[in-house]
Amino acid sequence: MNNDTIASISTALSESGIGIIRISGPDAISIADRIYTDKKGTHNLKSYRSHTIHYGFIVNVFGEIIDEIMISIMKAPNSYTKEDVVEINCHGGVRVCRNILDTVLSTGARLADPGEFTKRAFLNGRLDLTRAEAVMDIIRANSDIALDQSVKQLRGDLYSLLNNICSDILYEIAHIEAVLDDPDSYDISDYGDELSAKIDNISENLTTLIRSYDEGRILSEGIRTSILGNPNAGKSSLMNLLYGENRAIVTDIPGTTRDTLTETIRLGDVTIILTDTAGIRETTDKIEQIGVNKAIDSARESDLIIYVTDASSDSETIDGSLTELLKNTKLILLLNKSDLTLTDNRTDHSEEMIRAFEEKGIIPDRILSTSMITRAGIEELKSAIKEMFYKGDLSGDHRITITNLRHVECLKEALASLYKVKESIASGVSEDLYCIDLTDAYRSLAHITGAEVSEDIVNEIFSRFCMGK
Amino acid sequence: MKSVYAENRTEYYTDICVIGAGHAGCEAALACARLGFETVIFTVSIESIALMPCNPNIGGTSKGHLVRELDALGGEMGRNIDRTFIQSRMLNASKGPAVHSLRAQADKSEYSRSMRKILENTDNLYIRQGEICEILTEETKDLKTKSVTGVKTFNGTVYHCRAVILASGTYLNARCLCGEAITYTGPNGLQAATHLSSSLTDIGVKLRRFKTGTPARMDARSLDFSKMEEQKGDDPVVPFSYSTDPDSIQKEQVSCYLTYTNEKTHEIIRANLDRSPIYAGVIEGTGPRYCPSIEDKVVKFADKDRHQIFIEPEGLYTNEMYLSGMSSSLPEDVQIQMYRTLPGLENCHMVRNAYAIEYDCLCPGQLKLSLELREVSGLFCAGQFNGSSGYEEAAAQGLIAGINASLKLKGREPVILDRSQAYIGVLIDDLVTKENNEPYRMMTSRAEYRLILRQDNADLRLRGIGYEVGLVSKEDYEKTLKKASQIRDEIERLSSLSIGGKASVQEYLEKYGSAPLKTAFTLAELMCRPELDYEKLAELDPDRPDLPKDVIEQVETEIKYRGYIDRQNSQIEDFRKNEKKKIPYDIDYDDVESLRIEARQKLKTFRPDNIGQASRISGVSPSDIAVLLVYLKKLNDGK
Repeated sequence: MNNDTIASISTALSESGIGIIRISGPDAISIADRIYTDKKGTHNLKSYRSHTIHYGFIVNVFGEIIDEIMISIMKAPNSYTKEDVVEINCHGGVRVCRNILDTVLSTGARLADPGEFTKRAFLNGRLDLTRAEAVMDIIRANSDIALDQSVKQLRGDLYSLLNNICSDILYEIAHIEAVLDDPDSYDISDYGDELSAKIDNISENLTTLIRSYDEGRILSEGIRTSILGNPNAGKSSLMNLLYGENRAIVTDIPGTTRDTLTETIRLGDVTIILTDTAGIRETTDKIEQIGVNKAIDSARESDLIIYVTDASSDSETIDGSLTELLKNTKLILLLNKSDLTLTDNRTDHSEEMIRAFEEKGIIPDRILSTSMITRAGIEELKSAIKEMFYKGDLSGDHRITITNLRHVECLKEALASLYKVKESIASGVSEDLYCIDLTDAYRSLAHITGAEVSEDIVNEIFSRFCMGK
Repeated sequence: MKSVYAENRTEYYTDICVIGAGHAGCEAALACARLGFETVIFTVSIESIALMPCNPNIGGTSKGHLVRELDALGGEMGRNIDRTFIQSRMLNASKGPAVHSLRAQADKSEYSRSMRKILENTDNLYIRQGEICEILTEETKDLKTKSVTGVKTFNGTVYHCRAVILASGTYLNARCLCGEAITYTGPNGLQAATHLSSSLTDIGVKLRRFKTGTPARMDARSLDFSKMEEQKGDDPVVPFSYSTDPDSIQKEQVSCYLTYTNEKTHEIIRANLDRSPIYAGVIEGTGPRYCPSIEDKVVKFADKDRHQIFIEPEGLYTNEMYLSGMSSSLPEDVQIQMYRTLPGLENCHMVRNAYAIEYDCLCPGQLKLSLELREVSGLFCAGQFNGSSGYEEAAAQGLIAGINASLKLKGREPVILDRSQAYIGVLIDDLVTKENNEPYRMMTSRAEYRLILRQDNADLRLRGIGYEVGLVSKEDYEKTLKKASQIRDEIERLSSLSIGGKASVQEYLEKYGSAPLKTAFTLAELMCRPELDYEKLAELDPDRPDLPKDVIEQVETEIKYRGYIDRQNSQIEDFRKNEKKKIPYDIDYDDVESLRIEARQKLKTFRPDNIGQASRISGVSPSDIAVLLVYLKKLNDGK
């Protein structure tokens, strides 16, 4: 039996619908009880019968209500994991779900490993043996996904900041260890003050990273993206496909979108503030002209422009006022309506289009063929945006942000360990004891970077300090 | 020993054969014989029993811990160095108790002679000079593995036995290099063992090639010690062994000396690098980073303008001095030039030159944690042959191999120390589980739970195991039990004895610069204050019992470091959970489809004993472990 309590968000992270936070383990009910309150401000989840659901609120450590929720209690052994399980049904939304999970984690639960609920269900005998293969596959698949996301999320700037923090800590460990290992060669009297200052510095960097998550910068400062193009090229259809519901009015009459529409969408962990604009063309319609101007203004403030052209039409033009803008902004060119060029035997004008761009000196970062009807190329478009983001080509916010909860948990652990080092220094204990918590800090960060702790320390000792008889 | 005369040869029948009489072989043979098994120990030269062909000391950081642990389990090294040391120091004495380390300079020839005397006078133990050329085996009944049946000497004599302990050190296919001069000898010009490697390969044992080296020895008469810093021994001296009476070993000690290399030394080295076999590519073996040659130091740490060189006596009856910090494989003419640049060595006479040595050793992933080869039942391996470095590392493995070979013959479970029990456990786990590309040396940084694995509590940790095995006497064990209960009682007493803020108490606290009491404090709580200790608290504690020094030391450490110790203990609890989850020996990793390919290959190579060990194999991820746990559950429940 496991004796720690795990938690995670068990619904997909999205901006809509409801979200479920699941807690499992011996302390599941007592943890939930500490953050739950009902309408009357009373609560005693332990006394509630198993398999009952209750209306109430989740409050954070400051006593503030995070969300109005329904909470279900399933007592061991009659639950999915055969442990005490609590499920919190909240109002969905990435922020709310994460806030509740954060509160659960800071109250004593540990973030579940990929596939861990299923693993526990199996190990506790809840699933029969024939399911073993399936369970192993689930663990494998979930951890592959987590790993994939984890590595990708280490964008260049974040990765190098983390790496710097890691190597700073590693150096200090190796320094102390080298002295302990070869006391005849090295001395670290009065090292405490020096180390203390260095730790303040490292802690500050860690705190900045953790705060970037807490503030959710990536959500409010996503990648500002404008969809541009001639009227009726398929801009609004693209917006709808990406946003997932019929938000903008779509007809086949050119010029339907006369204003701009802005929505926040998320592609995995990348947030995009997507703006649909009026088609850009010479127009005499005053209202339409306002829309066109707005479109150009929006594009000017964008990090990324998705330029949609109708590949089945020979009357596509690139408005002269856009040339400079398209040259200087990250650009994805969509050759749209591939369904028509493929099936309706309409002539494909893609080549001409690309040439027209080149002649004006505009080199798109990506060129994709799409159809809003068959959805062809949409997944490729999403991947392209994510890829550009992860490679650091695109940055919606101009600060380093951390978006992965697992990473934040590791950073917090590292920070707590560094705090203990400071305590040790202040209490005047011998230097060898600093290493215990410094190594714990390094180990926490190694969960993000995948480093091998003991090998790293030994390698660092030998490469940085001249040891030996 | 039972013997028969077969056609053209003698055949002996005995219990256990030990190949090699270095530090591993001696401990192994003594353990086997003391546990009641007739044992034959083979060496190419009886004069080289317990030889110290490199540094003239025993112990040092983390190695001192190994010796203490070995002593607690019933090994000989601790007692032997107590008999033969000529200087002793407690290193890191100003640091926390976890990193205190004892190091003693040995009289090398006395050390060797004293160990030989012990071997010669141990019942059941036979010494035999000769080279073992062949390990004899037979197929086991299931035909999957082999089982050892004996050994054969170069002279053709066969020794039938039930277990063999292989502790061949650096002798297998050894070759020594000094510049362009290459000799096919073992350490110190001794005869190399040139036949055994191929016999091992024939029975399926995988070998690799390692490299190490030793510095030059100087004639003390040619050195000017007035130009060096003198380094004296401690007074009083602390013994290594728990059975040595401290009063019996206080004696006059000899000094070591410290000098430094300089820019001139480095210039000579740089100018002659092309003549170093390592830099010229003649040596292929992997050398150890912790004992780099002086060439390596100068090249890799080019920014350092000087390196420390310790001049250490090799014994009381010799003028030879060991040049610690200056091992080299440069040619002799370059060596003498560079030595003469050192202050005090301007007119030095070199008695023995520095050299590098290359040798065959085992890929230790083939071993079980008991140090028995997985594929050859009854064949145990220990010491430098397993890819370690150092006398202490060798001796520790020798003892464990000896104990486990004996336990196997008794039909008992092997002694496997885990990483939370002993440095010896860390050593063996690292050797068997990790991929080391250089001779493995113990370091305190390798022990995760070093606050628990102190050199001062090795008896409390391990005496019981030594007693159960049969190497520790009842009397010694009871001494440890008594000590443990005194420590427990005294901690209990100090933790419950509360004192209030009486005027005399406040006055006392003020005297030691300690904050006054606002509420009642226990003596244990007061002891946690850095400015106070057990001795100082005597004033407030007039009725304290009269306790031995080692008990007080433990009480003080346990109380002062309680916070850290409790944390490590709870980490150990977590660690042990995975160590307890055994993996069946015959598991078929190909049947576990969800393992990543890399993890599966590693698991097949190392065949870990338990989940904890599996998780320490590089390339095995936490999700692979989760998958493995599910698979094991299916396997167990499906039975």
